[in-house]
Amino acid sequence: MVSVQESEYWRWPETVWVDESRNWQDAEVISCGIDLGSVSTQAVIVADGELYAYASMRTGTSSSASSEKALNAVLEKIGDMKREDIHYIVGTGYGRVSVPFANKTITEIACHGRGAVYVYGNTVRTVLDMGGQDLKAIKIDSRGKVINFLMNDKCAAGTGRGIEVVCDLLSVPITEVGDMSLKVEEEPEPVSTTCVVFAKSEILGLIRKGWNREMILAAFFNAVSSRVVELLERVGVEADFAITGGISKNVGVVRRIENKLNMKALEPKVDPQLAGAIGAALFARALYIKSRK
Amino acid sequence: MVVAGIDVGSKMAKVVIMDADRNILSYVMARTGTDHRETSETVLGEALEKAGLKRDDLEKIVATGFGKISVPFADDEVTQVIAAGRGAYFVRPSARTVIEVGAEESRAISLDENGNVRDFALADKCAAGAGSFVDAMIRYLEVTPEEFGQLALQATRAIPMNAQCVVFAESEVVSLLHSNVPKAEISRAIHDAIADRVIAIARRLDIRDDVLLIGGLANDIGFIESMKRELGKEVYVPEDYPPELIPAIGAALSAVQGVR
Repeated sequence: MVSVQESEYWRWPETVWVDESRNWQDAEVISCGIDLGSVSTQAVIVADGELYAYASMRTGTSSSASSEKALNAVLEKIGDMKREDIHYIVGTGYGRVSVPFANKTITEIACHGRGAVYVYGNTVRTVLDMGGQDLKAIKIDSRGKVINFLMNDKCAAGTGRGIEVVCDLLSVPITEVGDMSLKVEEEPEPVSTTCVVFAKSEILGLIRKGWNREMILAAFFNAVSSRVVELLERVGVEADFAITGGISKNVGVVRRIENKLNMKALEPKVDPQLAGAIGAALFARALYIKSRK
Repeated sequence: MVVAGIDVGSKMAKVVIMDADRNILSYVMARTGTDHRETSETVLGEALEKAGLKRDDLEKIVATGFGKISVPFADDEVTQVIAAGRGAYFVRPSARTVIEVGAEESRAISLDENGNVRDFALADKCAAGAGSFVDAMIRYLEVTPEEFGQLALQATRAIPMNAQCVVFAESEVVSLLHSNVPKAEISRAIHDAIADRVIAIARRLDIRDDVLLIGGLANDIGFIESMKRELGKEVYVPEDYPPELIPAIGAALSAVQGVR
């Protein structure tokens, strides 16, 4: 494990989890999804269509090493499962071509649609995926099939990476910035830019003006949520609406998106950052079953 | 009569001391730092000292730049567009299109034959077409700014860069380095990408000769070459003064004009 230094406020908790109440050996099909994102990598094991275990870790400089690391972490947690026990593996995410052991790769749009139905139930129709370096607004049907989508992948403004930079600037851990931003009496004007590079000088300017951290975070998340709502409105938001990706855990961003849309986001059944990898694992299961017929 | 023009940018603060006949008596450039007010005081003091003058000798101070509000002792302010346009006309009267690439913004200004601003276009929401993009890239390539510009000239082929964002470009540069692409080719790719973005802004105006390049990035030989190539025409840079000083010269000229 990498040692966590106190100064690394951006560092979000890495998790490895296994469902202790079940025995994977009872399952007919073991499938795996690997979502190799720009900032985080998720490896998910699905036993007969149900989430069984996962690892969520930071993506390192090598994509293939990151996917190996995440898969090894989850297998180690399970204990008695070997790589050969997995029937089918699907890679997704921006680094999906670098998952050396994947049987197939599928785009993250398709995987997030499919995974969102698992995480939020089959009423979800609009999925907003807020990732490390991009934003996606996806419309799906009741089976999670993608009907339409829009992507913001040319600019890191309003993405997880931008929030990490702000955490370091303000010395507030990433798990706390959301709550902290809600502790303002009145919502401040949004910052004028959410560019990761410029946000730095703009925020330093606000600190000099005497703004406290709550106000600065509120102004930043206010701008981020406006940017996201613009994207959502271009694709058209339909109830039910859900957020996936790492930022879905930031209440400061989520509440502000909800307020601007005048719509409540669905409550997730499992960690919404796993949606892409769960979708991939569910596709893997279907592909395996199809291959046996 | 002596005046001062002061331009407080996001990265550098510049001061020009000028006499009534528009002779530049001295100039000073320094990193802006975190306290704009203190920096502007210090830079002005240094410029006066270099010219052998005292604060009381100054008849008028005109400020410009994004930090102009942090110059409490300024008598007047002038917009960055007007300051850049005036300064450009002063150093090159034949200039009709002025392209300024600063640390955090780039702008294109169209001038008439008298040096008046006809039209302008700005980009200040994205760092991809600005100097801070270069700062990020040289950190990744581990070269000096001078080497970075020179490297681009040694490239034997043009490779395209997909990233349009500093954050994405960093990962792209890292993966290019990992695939053993020579630094010269990466440098050229970065310069071409910035030139593309800057030219897209300039194309919102009608680009007319002479094209004068100002701002910090005009010191970068690799960037000048990319601009020439992508624009398909000659691009000039100021000869007698640093290219990032031009708006401060413009502010000083505004002070002279106002005093007269």
